[in-house]
Amino acid sequence: MYDGGKIITGLVIGVGLLLFPVFYNAGKAAKAPERVLTEKAKAAQKCVEPISFMKTEHMKMLDEWRQQVVRDDVRYYKSTSGKEYYKGLQTTCLDCHSNKSKFCDQCHDYVGVDPYCWDCHIEPKENQ
Amino acid sequence: MNFIFSIVLSSVVVLILVLIPWIGVGALKLDTLFGIIIPYIALFVFFAGIIGRVIGWARSPVPFRIPTTAGQQWSLPWIRRSPLENPKSTAGVVGRMIFEVLTFRSLFRNTKLQFRSGFRIGYEWEKWLWLFALAFHYSFLVVLIRHLRFFTEPIPGFVNLIEQLDGLMQTGVAPVEGFMLPSVMISGFVLLGAVTLLVLRRILIPQVNYVSLPGDYFPLFLITAIGLTGVLMRYVLKVDIVSVKELTMGLVTFRPSIPYEIGVLFYIHLFLVSVLIAYIPFSKITHMAGVFLSPTRNLSNNSRFVRHINPWSYPVPVHTYDEYEEEFRDKMIAVGLPVEKMPEEEAGSAEEEKE
Amino acid sequence: MAEKIMKPEEMANVNHTPPLLSGWMHRPVEIKSGIYCYPAKPASLEYVSFPHAREWSPMDEDWKLPPNWKEIILEGLRERLERFRSLKIFMDICVRCGACADKCHFFIGGGDPRNMPVLRAELLRSVYRKEFTTAGKLMGEIAGARELTVDVLKEWWYYFFQCTECRRCSLFCPYGIDTAEITIVARELLNLLGLNIDWIATPVANCYRTGNHLGIQPHAFKDMIDFFLDDIEDITGIRMEPSLNRKGAEILFVTPSGDVFADPGTYTCMGYIILFHYLQSLGFDLTWSTFASEGGNFGYFTSHEMAKRLNAKMYAEAKRLGVKWILGGECGHMWRVINQYMDTFNGPADFLEEPVSPITGTKFENAKTTKMVHITEFTADLIKNNKLKLDASRNDNLKVTFHDSCNPARAMGLLEEPRYIIRNTCNHFYEMPDNTIREQTFCCGSGAGLNAGENMELRLRGGLPRANAVKYVHEKFGVNMLSCVCAIDRAVFPALMEYWVPEVGVTGVHELVGNALILEGEKKRETNLRGEPLPGMEEEKDV
Repeated sequence: MYDGGKIITGLVIGVGLLLFPVFYNAGKAAKAPERVLTEKAKAAQKCVEPISFMKTEHMKMLDEWRQQVVRDDVRYYKSTSGKEYYKGLQTTCLDCHSNKSKFCDQCHDYVGVDPYCWDCHIEPKENQ
Repeated sequence: MNFIFSIVLSSVVVLILVLIPWIGVGALKLDTLFGIIIPYIALFVFFAGIIGRVIGWARSPVPFRIPTTAGQQWSLPWIRRSPLENPKSTAGVVGRMIFEVLTFRSLFRNTKLQFRSGFRIGYEWEKWLWLFALAFHYSFLVVLIRHLRFFTEPIPGFVNLIEQLDGLMQTGVAPVEGFMLPSVMISGFVLLGAVTLLVLRRILIPQVNYVSLPGDYFPLFLITAIGLTGVLMRYVLKVDIVSVKELTMGLVTFRPSIPYEIGVLFYIHLFLVSVLIAYIPFSKITHMAGVFLSPTRNLSNNSRFVRHINPWSYPVPVHTYDEYEEEFRDKMIAVGLPVEKMPEEEAGSAEEEKE
Repeated sequence: MAEKIMKPEEMANVNHTPPLLSGWMHRPVEIKSGIYCYPAKPASLEYVSFPHAREWSPMDEDWKLPPNWKEIILEGLRERLERFRSLKIFMDICVRCGACADKCHFFIGGGDPRNMPVLRAELLRSVYRKEFTTAGKLMGEIAGARELTVDVLKEWWYYFFQCTECRRCSLFCPYGIDTAEITIVARELLNLLGLNIDWIATPVANCYRTGNHLGIQPHAFKDMIDFFLDDIEDITGIRMEPSLNRKGAEILFVTPSGDVFADPGTYTCMGYIILFHYLQSLGFDLTWSTFASEGGNFGYFTSHEMAKRLNAKMYAEAKRLGVKWILGGECGHMWRVINQYMDTFNGPADFLEEPVSPITGTKFENAKTTKMVHITEFTADLIKNNKLKLDASRNDNLKVTFHDSCNPARAMGLLEEPRYIIRNTCNHFYEMPDNTIREQTFCCGSGAGLNAGENMELRLRGGLPRANAVKYVHEKFGVNMLSCVCAIDRAVFPALMEYWVPEVGVTGVHELVGNALILEGEKKRETNLRGEPLPGMEEEKDV
């Protein structure tokens, strides 16, 4: 007895499951979101640290800031560029990047990250 | 060839596999080769290989119905049967296979020989293999599902849900400032832990050590390397995952592109995964497909009431009753055993006797 | 028999740690006396037209192999890979997790690492890799591949005749890899070169010719039955009249010939005769056959083809006699063959009817197409329907435990039926520890054709786990009788018990039935079927 039908069915199901992303995304362009800067951010020209650093390490930096501010009362951050910044998500970061939905959420959603910043912080009201 | 040779060989091979993309991308800038061409080749090899393998198995028939029965058969109506351990129908087999594949039923049965001198042999509780195997396979599955976030857009709800559950533990800045950010994915560490335990068990249990081949250590080491590079990328030497997703989405939508600067660690991770994927069909990892085809598990014990056909059955020479009687007829008649054919003279005399 | 057998304490001193620093692949096989069985006599192989029959000795350097032996084996392996999905899968998917390693009775009792099921399979798998997989061809030993050499062949012969095909490893394997399946194929390959053992080949030839393994010819078979009838008459006062080769009977009874031949199987055989006599007045119409006088099938330990050739006799005889269905006696591998192979081998048995108990009217639906019922299924049904008058106190001198035979347990699932009968025929029944019974049962150590005399050390070692469990209940509950539903068990356990647990006897389940059954018009029974005084009768007998 071969049970060929059952095996082919199983194989199709198995391969189909493994190819799920291909079917799921079929026909979609699925381009990575563009980073949108506000006028103010553009004017500032540079962030706290270089962009490549900010891309990969911002979450780490924010967490450290929180720790230092809340626990140790250390309120200023000295950037590698030598400039000092006040450690504050709302007061510093969002001062330039007031467009949370475009600047934060877009990319976070794209890579499936759900940070808990806004559990405590108040979301900025964007003008749309 | 002993375990030391096997371990050294497997480690060296994995080390070389780490160095290849390191040099290839880090020094030679072969991003396209390692980011697009090799992953595609690996996927092709995997699918072609695994389909070929399964078809190869399927081409051989199952001539006899040989389930290993692990419980009471279906016989008299008042005897309680074990529908899952000794299935009589397809439904039972499906149940048995579900338990086998999802809970590793047979491994759960495992015992450990306790051979004490003085003629005292015991078979003791041994669930470690089962536990490690379960931890290993399930954490691997969770890791795999979590990675769908790089291969789907928009990300389906179940992927986010699994990620949230997996990241239930938020350590924040502990233990080292900023180390465990974003939230900790338990599965990754369980996977690495389970792999380590499986390696240790393979080395430390003498019987398992003795039968192990390089092909048993290699995948464990390879998976360790994959896990370590993944963990490193997530927690320590971070990469720009928006770019990573650009690359991976390019792969699954067949519009491959290499985004600007992802970081060599990612390419090492990707290359090791490619090697693993391509290695699967030609190694013992095919058990993931083979377990479904195992005739001692996927057949019902029904061959006394449903006829099973052997497709290559052929007629065989047999010793017939006639040949048998021919040889022993006189002796049979002498003791009064009935025969088919009375020899002519004796037939006459036998009748006379009767009269 | 081997000349000297070491003391139990010495034998039970086993080291289970393999020599870790030297791999197993190149360790030359050391063929030891006491472990191996004598090679097949040429006449026995020739009788069933097996190739390359010759005189040879495993202890000789030269096994007188045909010049193209390697081609024969590899071609045979290729053919079998195409025929058996089980083989292909089992060659490919083992992960060497080691769950099976300490499950084999030969490894437990002997400690030889190549008796770990995984390694036994690797003996064949390594050659498979070398010849049939790309990785093995390219990377050789690193991929676990090995050239097929004469030494490897010798190793195969030595170790595949150290497996009793009991399937205990298969139960624990996460993928159900069944060493029995691998051993069966390996033995088929060895048979292509005339490398069988005599304890299998001669019974096969006998069975082919005379209808049973022991070579009992029809007149002798009848004499033996008559001898039982005399004994039964002495014990019960009733002269019974079982029929042999009678056409037109409703049921054909087939049981292993071992029960006709040697104690304590003979008492089980007497139990059958008594039960059938008891039922006769209730309309039971059964015949024995001298042609189908073997339930067991040593062909199954040779090749699938030989198994089919020997098995054919059952249906052929049922057809010739014109019976409605077949009743099968207590036997182990016989029931694996009947349950998992017979209908496929030699069916469809469309000349038979679906078995129905003529006494209770119970339809044996689980035997619908094979049309063969296990005697414990049949008897359990009788007891459940109150058709048997039983006096269990006649077995009161016995403290009984039950050994599940490998094949009825793991290739059928016959677990409760015999227990139900034992509970109804004995007042003292004790189970051995959980990990040693039912589906986890241990082999007697002599199955699959290994119950020869010359391999006694192997048998005693293989039987150690079972004996150890018997010893446990013997010491804890005073168990003095090991019951079983297998003729090989009955043939080999006496020696095993005598060596490891001397105070325990061996019985078939239907011996217990024969003792307990109260017959119409019987005289007051003073002894059991063994001629030993019944409980309470000891003094009367002395008088």
